[in-house]
Amino acid sequence: MLDADFFRRWMTVTAASVDREAERLTDLDSPIGDADHGSNLKRGFTAVVATLEKEAPDTPGAVLMLAGRQLISTVGGASGPLYGTLLRRTGKALGDAAEVTEEQFADALRAGVDAVMALGGAAPGDKTMIDALVPAVDALSGSFAAARAAAEEGAAATIPLQARKGRASYLGERSIGHQDPGATSSALLIAALEEAAGE
Amino acid sequence: MSEAAGSAGARKQLVGIVLVSHSAAVAASVAELATGLAGGGTTAPVVPAGGTMDGGLGTSAELISAAAASADRGVGVAVLTDLGSAVLTVKALLAEGDELPENTRLVDAPFVEGAVAAVVTASAGADLAAVEAAAAEAYSYRKE
Repeated sequence: MLDADFFRRWMTVTAASVDREAERLTDLDSPIGDADHGSNLKRGFTAVVATLEKEAPDTPGAVLMLAGRQLISTVGGASGPLYGTLLRRTGKALGDAAEVTEEQFADALRAGVDAVMALGGAAPGDKTMIDALVPAVDALSGSFAAARAAAEEGAAATIPLQARKGRASYLGERSIGHQDPGATSSALLIAALEEAAGE
Repeated sequence: MSEAAGSAGARKQLVGIVLVSHSAAVAASVAELATGLAGGGTTAPVVPAGGTMDGGLGTSAELISAAAASADRGVGVAVLTDLGSAVLTVKALLAEGDELPENTRLVDAPFVEGAVAAVVTASAGADLAAVEAAAAEAYSYRKE
């Protein structure tokens, strides 16, 4: 069973990982975006951790709702509402249970990913965060390790794709050959699940 | 739709307009342009929400919420945006349910032309649906 502590750890591990990888995310965002993905996400997840410490929400759903709200407020770029919606919708789907099963979490995360697709209008293959999140959700019922591997593969698989959403889409064929920064940060978020679970 | 404008007695409240751009200067300038073109007399409340809280380029959910609250006269708020994250942030705030005034709508319209059409229409006393229609219609104006 996964409790509020697990979800707080998930956010803390994600924040540490985004902090560590911020420069790489920004480097990935330089050729095809506006070179702010790392700094934007770092600002957002730093705020998430600070808020979770201060307000100490005590259910999985409440942790994710609060974290998502912080991302929408503080990121300043498109990744704010996208990641914010992912966490809020996942949190909402978990309801107010004190503990949730891994299956319930997998279902809730799928609802979150669906909400991100609806918000941004992106589908798999568009070279976005969706290309890491969809395979991760599909693999999540297996294990966190399987989800992590699927997300990392999905992120790597964005390299040959041509961007069809966001600023990178203006580049047309010139977006080919670069790994998508959003898919890369999504892989960090999914990888953090494994570490939060202590696996 | 303009006959109610300025009618004596029960003064009609005007629809508010919020202009969300990645740049504070762009949002403020488009607000100034649209208000200027709306002509004399009473103009609808037009509130720019541009850039991030610290003055950088980007979108601020806090600035958007504050602008919408400030533009709200109780008869609806039309929000116009420029690019990517501005659109996504407004949609995310609308999905929150309680972040923006009741009867707030993201209007699918070109930013500059739509803002002028929305402010002129709102200033004439039109309701939110008419303001939205006027702004969206700006897409059909070709420049070729």
